[in-house]
Order: sequence, then C-alpha cells, then structure tokens
Amino acid sequence: MTQTKIAIDKLNLWFGDNHVLKDVTFGIPPNAVTAIMGPSGCGKSTLLRTINRMNDLILGTRVTGDIVIDGESIFADSTDVIDLRKRVGMVFQKPNPFPKSIYENIAFGPRIHKMGGRADIQQRVERALRAANLWDEVKDRLHDNAFSLSGGQQQRLCTARCLSVEPEILLLDEPASALDPNSTARLEELIRQLKKDYTVVIVTHNMQQAARASDWCAFLMLGEIVEFDRTGRIFTKPRDQRTEDFLSGRFG
Amino acid sequence: MTGRPPAPGRKLRRVRFASNAGFWLLAIPLALFIAFIVYLSGYLFRNGVSVLSWTFLTQAPAEGMTAGGIWPCIVGTVLVTFVSLVFSVPIGVFSAIYLAEYAPNNLLTRAIRSSVRSLAGVPSIVYGLFGVALFVSAMKLGLSILASGLTLGLMNLPWIIATAEEAISAIPGSFREGALALGATKWEAIRHNVLPYAFPGILTGILLALARTLGETAPILFTGVTYYTKQLPTSLSSKFMALPYHLFTLATQHDRILEVRPLAFGTAIVLLVFVLLFDAVAFVFRLRSAGSNKWQV
Repeated sequence: MTQTKIAIDKLNLWFGDNHVLKDVTFGIPPNAVTAIMGPSGCGKSTLLRTINRMNDLILGTRVTGDIVIDGESIFADSTDVIDLRKRVGMVFQKPNPFPKSIYENIAFGPRIHKMGGRADIQQRVERALRAANLWDEVKDRLHDNAFSLSGGQQQRLCTARCLSVEPEILLLDEPASALDPNSTARLEELIRQLKKDYTVVIVTHNMQQAARASDWCAFLMLGEIVEFDRTGRIFTKPRDQRTEDFLSGRFG
Repeated sequence: MTGRPPAPGRKLRRVRFASNAGFWLLAIPLALFIAFIVYLSGYLFRNGVSVLSWTFLTQAPAEGMTAGGIWPCIVGTVLVTFVSLVFSVPIGVFSAIYLAEYAPNNLLTRAIRSSVRSLAGVPSIVYGLFGVALFVSAMKLGLSILASGLTLGLMNLPWIIATAEEAISAIPGSFREGALALGATKWEAIRHNVLPYAFPGILTGILLALARTLGETAPILFTGVTYYTKQLPTSLSSKFMALPYHLFTLATQHDRILEVRPLAFGTAIVLLVFVLLFDAVAFVFRLRSAGSNKWQV
C-alpha cells in the first residue's frame, strides 16, 4: 500500500437506531482520485460527509472509530471543525451556487477566512475559476447571477468555490448525477486534472464513472466496505462475489 | 364535402357547462368584493373630500373639534407606531432567527411556535388590558406614548416573529450547507447566506404589522390615547391623540355628531391612505423579492 492521506479506522455511524456505517476501514491515498461506489442507500454519501464532519449538523448522529487526516484525528477535541471544512472542500450532488454573482460566489470563502484584500481576492477568484476550467466561459460576465449558468457550469462553479480557500482534499458527492453526458465528460476531465494538486474522493453509484475517473475504488454495500483496491484491479479481477455481481449489473 | 363541423355532443356540452359554471362561481364573489371596496372608497371620498386641505393636515382641532385639523392625531399615531416598532422589530426578528436556525426541534420549541401563532390571534382589546396592567400600572409608565407604543409592540410581536420565521425557513438549506462546507461558522452562514435573501420577506411582515398598528384603537384606548389635547406631545410620557381614536370620537362621542361627520370621514381617508401607503411599500418589496427568488423554481 502506498501513502495514506485519510485513514479511516473502524468507523461506525448511527443515525438514531439506524446503523449506517459498519466498521469501515480503508486508507485514501494522496494526489489520487478515490471513488466510493455502491448501490443507493449503502451509506456512500454519509461516509463522505463524515470526512468533513457535515453529519455533525444532523441530530441523533453517533460515531465510533476514527478518521485521521495527516496523522490528526478529525474527532479530536483539538480539531477545529471550521478549519477542517476549509481544508476538506465539498461539492454537493445538486449544484448549489449561492444566488449571488459568479464573482461573489467564489469570493465568499476567501472573504470569510480573511484571506487578503481586494486584489488578493480578485486573484484567488481568477485562479479558482481557471483551475475549475470555467474561466474562459465566464470571464466576461463575472457579475452575472450564478443561476444564469448551465447545470454543468454551476457544478464547476461550485468546484471553483471549494478551490478558492485552498483545500487539501476535495469531496465530490455524485457531482455528475444531475448533469447531461457532455457536462459530465467535462467534469470528469476536471477531476482527473485536480488530482495533481488535491486528494480527491468521489462518491458515485455509476460504475462507469468510477472506472473512468478514479485510481482507487472502494465498493460499499449495506454500510460495509466489501472491497478496496486499485480501480483497474476491482474492475478486472474483483475478489468478492458481491463486487462482481454489482459490476455485472446484477443489482444496484 | 364541406359544411359546419358537427354540433358538440351531449357529454361535451355538459363538460363545458360545468367548466363555465366553475368560472362564474369563483368570479362573482370576487367581483362583488371589488365592487364593495370601490363603493366604500367612493363613499368615504364623497363624504370626506370637502374637509381635505393643507390646513386639515397641519392644524389642531379647533372650536370644540368642529373645525381645524388632525395634525396632533397624525403626530401621535406616527410616534406611537414608531415606539411599537423600535420595541417589536429587533426582538421579533432576533426571536425568529433563533426559532428558525438555532432552536432544537423539540416539544418546547414546537409549543413556543404554536403559542406565537395563537398570540397573533388574540383580540387587540386583550392586549390593551394587559398593557394597562403591565406598562401603565406595574411598570408605572402611566398613560403615555411609551405605554401605548409598548402595548402595540407586544401585539405586533407574534406577527413579526411568525412572518420572519417563515421567511427565514423558506431559504433553501443548500445555501447554509454550501457556506458551512467552506468553513463558515453557523452565524457567518446565516448572516451572509440566509438573512440577505430572507430580508424582503421579513420586511413585508414588518410593514403589514405596521399597517395594522396604525389602525388599532383598542390597545391604546386604556394606555395613553386621549380625547383631546391642546399640545403636541413633548415627551414619550405625554398623552397623545391618535387617528383611529379621533375617528371613533368624532363618529360616536361628539355632541354635534352630524356637524362633524365630514371631519370624521376626512380622518378616515387620511388613516386609510396611511395604511394603503405601507401596504403598497410591502407590495413592492414582495414583488421585488419574488423577482429575486430565482432559486425557488
């Protein structure tokens, strides 16, 4: 096994009495795309949202086990959840631009984190939009409402919004599920580019997408990790019968 | 072969009749209502227009209220409304933010929420009596603008809380989530990504409450309004005249009722114009907010 950026160790999670994640253990390598795939309702999104502690917001959530990023537990008392979420950016399933201008959408993060003055923020906005392959399409209309963008552009805008605060890790929660094939292709291309600078974790129920876009792949079923391996290996030589069944389209 | 299209069959005729009947069933009551409003406005205007003048707006009543104007009433109403809003807007809006964003979803919160809704339905005379007990007597504010304003503010409070909470809750969760995922604190998310978009709705609620406050008589009746005073109020502890009470006086308490009737109608017109003015402002904000609510598709 190579280096590990995010080590997930015997993670269990309950919503009330509902045991959603069961003894999840695997390590997510840095500067690679790791896909978490599995049938609907298997806990993929929940697992993803545990990594930046977005599940804290849901009442009745209980967690045991640990997630360690760069040697530090995200559940430790000394961990500042605000700082954690700045380091671990998230793109949601449905594009969720703020009803502000394109520029203001990106400038929001750097501003609340006081990352410099006007000129700095302007630079950050441009850099983030370029990194998300959106700059050329929007550079002449930065002050238009973000809702005037197409769905695919909105999703890249949300990605740029994450990048603007310079995270180390990017969590993508089925980012292409609301997009047409063309926009999906562009987003996947973006994801492949981003792994140079970021550790990317993507949740998908679409196995072709996992095959195309990821280097590592975790197969999650009923809250348990069935298999975790290099994507190439999982798709050609799955070790577990359930993985094979899923990949051959027998369920899911 | 040319000719007329075949006549509609029986079934089709019946469907058309039902559809037309439905239309008229809904249109007639609306038309009646509009006719009533037009008649009322016309009636008020016809009977009151003779007294409307600059003097009427800027002079005090004179000659045993059979002449002069309503300036002290306008001043009193504006002051008392202002006091009520200074009291109820901050408390109401902050309570609404707390209820919508911070309060845990438990039995206590639900009880508070439903009592706010019930309080909004309590008759205003009850608020008046409560104002006497609390502000006039217990807090020793006496009969004053302050006591009346606070009483009106109490009456407004549930309205403002309910409408503001609704406006805040209507903002999609994804705006908060997106901000939180960027590392915003809860307050930053609310401050930048919820309140600006809830603002038009909150303001509409405040303006509607304000329009209601302008016309209320019962809450000020025991708490500070007076039949007649020569002087304009000099402080918040003065008694005052107010438009709705002045109207009541002219319409029912005056000893030369027929003689002062045009003055009463004139007062009613001024009061109505005030209320309409604020309703219009609320309407404009509602339109503008509907225009900017692009996310609510």
